[in-house]
Amino acid sequence: MTDAAELRRRTRELLAAHPPAATDRLDFLRARFDAGLAWVHYPQGLGGLGATRSLQAVVDAELAAEGAPDNDPRRIGIGLGMAAPTILQYGTEEQRRRLLRPLWTGEEVWCQLFSEPGAGSDLAALGTRAVRDGEDWVVNGQKVWTSSAHLARWAILIARTDPDVPKHRGITYFVCDMTDPGVEVRPLRQITGEAEFNEVFLTDVRIPDSRRLGEIGDGWRVAQTTLNNERVAIGGTPIPREGGMIGKAAATWRERPELRTHDLHQRLLGLWVEAEVARLTGVRLRQQLAAGQPGPEGAGMKLNFARLNQEISGLEVELLGEEGLLYDDWTMRRPELVDFTGRDAGYRYLRSKGNSIEGGTSEVLLNIVAERVLGLPAEPRTDKDVAWKDLAR
Amino acid sequence: MSAQPEPALLHSEEEEALRAAVRDLLTDHCDPAGVITRTESAAPHDASLWKALADSMGLAGLLIPEHLGGQGATHREAGVVLEELGRAVAPVPYLTSAVVATEALLACAADDLLGELASATTVAVLAVGLHVAPGGAVPQVRLEAGALHGELTGIADASFADVLLVPADDGGLYAVGAADATVTGQVSLDATRPVARVTLDGAVGRRLGEAGPAVRRALRAGAGLLACEQLGLADWLLTETVRYLKERKQFNRQVGGFQALKHRLARLWLEVAGLRAAARNAADALATGVDTDVAVAVAQAYAAQVAVHAAEEALQLHGGIGMTWEHPVHLYLKRAKADSIAYGAAGAHRAALAELVDLRAP
Repeated sequence: MTDAAELRRRTRELLAAHPPAATDRLDFLRARFDAGLAWVHYPQGLGGLGATRSLQAVVDAELAAEGAPDNDPRRIGIGLGMAAPTILQYGTEEQRRRLLRPLWTGEEVWCQLFSEPGAGSDLAALGTRAVRDGEDWVVNGQKVWTSSAHLARWAILIARTDPDVPKHRGITYFVCDMTDPGVEVRPLRQITGEAEFNEVFLTDVRIPDSRRLGEIGDGWRVAQTTLNNERVAIGGTPIPREGGMIGKAAATWRERPELRTHDLHQRLLGLWVEAEVARLTGVRLRQQLAAGQPGPEGAGMKLNFARLNQEISGLEVELLGEEGLLYDDWTMRRPELVDFTGRDAGYRYLRSKGNSIEGGTSEVLLNIVAERVLGLPAEPRTDKDVAWKDLAR
Repeated sequence: MSAQPEPALLHSEEEEALRAAVRDLLTDHCDPAGVITRTESAAPHDASLWKALADSMGLAGLLIPEHLGGQGATHREAGVVLEELGRAVAPVPYLTSAVVATEALLACAADDLLGELASATTVAVLAVGLHVAPGGAVPQVRLEAGALHGELTGIADASFADVLLVPADDGGLYAVGAADATVTGQVSLDATRPVARVTLDGAVGRRLGEAGPAVRRALRAGAGLLACEQLGLADWLLTETVRYLKERKQFNRQVGGFQALKHRLARLWLEVAGLRAAARNAADALATGVDTDVAVAVAQAYAAQVAVHAAEEALQLHGGIGMTWEHPVHLYLKRAKADSIAYGAAGAHRAALAELVDLRAP
């Protein structure tokens, strides 16, 4: 087993062979991948050394101390957080070798073709069809809420390969080349004025069967790997007191005494308390995880996060009074990075409306808490034994 | 603001063992039907349960140093006991005597009385109205020619106390034997922690020390650990309501399967999870002395709404049975509502936070 001392030694070797100051960024990242120091818990030859995941921090600290470039993880979050674990678990050896290295270095950006206009919370009802034709699959359909699609070389895609069986069973998981003919990406403008996301239209796109991940008809199970990793990625990091949205509102309150009213004061204090309690709940959750007793609080963290972001940013717009009537800029833009706490209060207010929809709506999350944490009866299922083609739509 | 040192929000094995021991005792000796019956009797407090907790288990002396006969434990352990007492709405003076009065006596270094409290031979209460927040205005009695005169109201558990700790207008805190005062029970919203009127008509007390710092310290500890009791109340209410709604059937279905109710219970669970973190943070901060004022104020600004919400949801979701005298949910509702006033309402703690974290009023 590779221990911390061994990782330190290998990291220093990498730094000696490729001094960051004198090495091209991409060359350095490729060398780091090849040295197994990209994600140490991945297997040897795929950017890792089969080490314990928590030891990554040892490598990261050594590299940061020497000013080594990173792979800009926020820009390639979907690849790192969702596509990579799925490729690792379900990909063939050839797929893993071809795809993981440029994914990690950021040379190839990934996007996710899951949601559809007719399949949001009920993702398994998706209707994009993939029909077998020789060694290829021919794909037709429309996907939506796809971030990075306009930048992406690859997509993880789920499509319906068998409409005659119940919805969960007729789905297959593919890797789609976004440069193929028939893939059309259109920006999807949001209420903020900008377009973080895209609509993706797939018209007779030919995907070779060699780019299938997992078995035919097993795509729903494969997608669970992707989605479970998405939930791990949301709400896992520690934040200081007044981190996040409440810090913005508190700063405005402190800097602008002329805006204060008694009503807003009471509401701000109430939200400050709730934000602090939510933070403490997260601290406790992480302590449980560290002690090897994962608690169910994780399911609730995103519910807190969404509601508080919305209420706090709404309060801040109101606090601003006359300035709250203004908006910084409605120009249609395509931001590469999204910061919920960025820009001005009006933007934050509008953007946070999406927090209770994206990554699982608050209503679905409440069902999950009620059923999995409290053990209350599941929602009645009228679609379980019905072929997908016979579902109401 | 800078990052805070991280509080320890999980219970240790020893703390879990303490919890299990207290819960076992309460399961055997504090059933809801018995508590309801007792509230209508002449003796609302459960003396034999108190003896078992305070004396046999030695829990009255958790916060008292070992050299005075106590356990030399911390507010974390006292918080564990209060979570369990809250779960059972136990009618014992733990918070008032073993926490609040004990803290006042510690502030005054009243070693003899602390020894008596630790050995469970004496119950003491601070003669300050239960509604008073840490730092709030404290009514005093008059000191005239060495004797105390005056009337104090809203004194929790006074009818069960042997000693009253009384603030007087000379700035002192006096120990007065209950036999030397007239203690008249007031008809209380929460009969499991009844309040009383204390009348002093020339009683002679012993001056223990300065009332100001002792009362502030006592009320801060009371407010912080009250959150643990409120957590216990809310946790029992949620658990019991979920259990009942899985069992109760209407419209040929388990009532707990209706989404409108599932969502209400899921939201309540989320609130209780928050209270668990906030209450244990307050207990930990009282024990370590780090960030204590903020931790207590956050817990008390949050706890009341959760405990009261849990009780109100429990009553509503139990339907008609929840409205009956026979079902214990009303005990929890009354305790939760009284607790929302005890040691300062949420608004008082929000006002304290406004100063502590520099979010000043207009």
